[in-house]
Amino acid sequence: MKLVIIDYGAGNIKSIQFAFKRLGVEAVLSNNIDEIKAADKVIFPGVGEASSAMKMLQESGLDAVIPNLKQPVLGICLGMQLMCNSTEEGNTKGLGIFNVDIKRFSNSVKVPQMGWNVITDLKSELFNGISENEYMYLVHSFYAENCEEAIATTDYDVKYASALQKNNFYGTQFHPEKSGVVGEQILKNFLNIK
Amino acid sequence: MLTKRIIPCLDIKNGRTVKGVNFVNLIDAGDPVVLAKQYAELGADELVFLDISATLEGRKTMREMVLKVAEQVNIPFTVGGGISSIADVDALLKCGADKVSVNSSAVKRPELVNELADKFGSQCVVVAIDAKQVAGEWLVHLAGGTIATELNLFDWAKEVEKRGAGEILFTSMNNDGTKAGFANEALAKLSSELNIPIIASGGAGTVQHFVDTFEKGKSDAALAASVFHFGEILIKDLKKELQNNNISVRL
Repeated sequence: MKLVIIDYGAGNIKSIQFAFKRLGVEAVLSNNIDEIKAADKVIFPGVGEASSAMKMLQESGLDAVIPNLKQPVLGICLGMQLMCNSTEEGNTKGLGIFNVDIKRFSNSVKVPQMGWNVITDLKSELFNGISENEYMYLVHSFYAENCEEAIATTDYDVKYASALQKNNFYGTQFHPEKSGVVGEQILKNFLNIK
Repeated sequence: MLTKRIIPCLDIKNGRTVKGVNFVNLIDAGDPVVLAKQYAELGADELVFLDISATLEGRKTMREMVLKVAEQVNIPFTVGGGISSIADVDALLKCGADKVSVNSSAVKRPELVNELADKFGSQCVVVAIDAKQVAGEWLVHLAGGTIATELNLFDWAKEVEKRGAGEILFTSMNNDGTKAGFANEALAKLSSELNIPIIASGGAGTVQHFVDTFEKGKSDAALAASVFHFGEILIKDLKKELQNNNISVRL
């Protein structure tokens, strides 16, 4: 199986590559459009600020490629957020794969949310073998509103969508690559999606 | 619910842990990678590696260590010590560190915090502050608490929050090494005046100290070294006791 992690200059992608390595799968880092299109599975990572990450996607032409991918695609953290309609961070227009907007947490809670929180309302093969209320590691100031495409929710300030799915596209706000053995199971499940 | 975090801290010199570590069944207690893996399995929520190497060679070794930790450990970790530029941070993040902490370099040049937050995002910028209460005022200290500045802890913390810090790691020099509890009054004040997470450090000696820093100190996370390294407090037991006190933890 060929697994490609999209390398468009956004943040720490080494951790994701290492997490797959621990599962026995060598992931390739690439920004090559042909290589990404030809992959069996694609990871769309992202850490940092939304508008500059979006700019990097546009400069490499990846903004037009990602929404048309046919294989399973997993967006992680900012990657997931960029797959949505828009984000309040830098007033950025997203890729529009998920029909939901990204908002900022209110100041009634500490921002960013940093640490371990539970995921509930699980509904996707991504969570095979994962029970409700497992802890995942999250670091973020912006969140996807709860919506029809939510496959997991988390409570912080509001109840929000901590994972999304539409057709072959998956997204997690949490970092499965940093969420212990439970996170590794989620990555394994992604690899097993047909 | 977001849980309170328990964070063991490892001091690293030339790629090896320096403070004594007294775990049973460890092949090599000086190997940070072995220790990190063990802590992850024991229920630590995060790890901090503090590089106290003084040489360039030591710094290079640190990066190799970070790479090995990232390869083998499945929880997040922060790297601190001697970080003073975008290039330093870039190298550490590329090796797989999740966050970096800056301390003296931010006091010397506060713009560094803005530069790091803009370039890498606030989520990976931890500002570590060592402070000592002198004649009633909390003053920021540098170089492991040896050099006093005129900066007030709370002013400085608010300034780095504005500049883009994602988290504050506050070590009380009055409490550090005493095993008499965390500086909860100052911590609670930080927590109420700032809107980013606060990590308590310095003074952990008993399980009750952790309960107190989460309840009275309003801390978001607690960091400790020797009580964990010498097995005086086991993370699993600590978390169970926190849970018994209705403090939300990941078990």
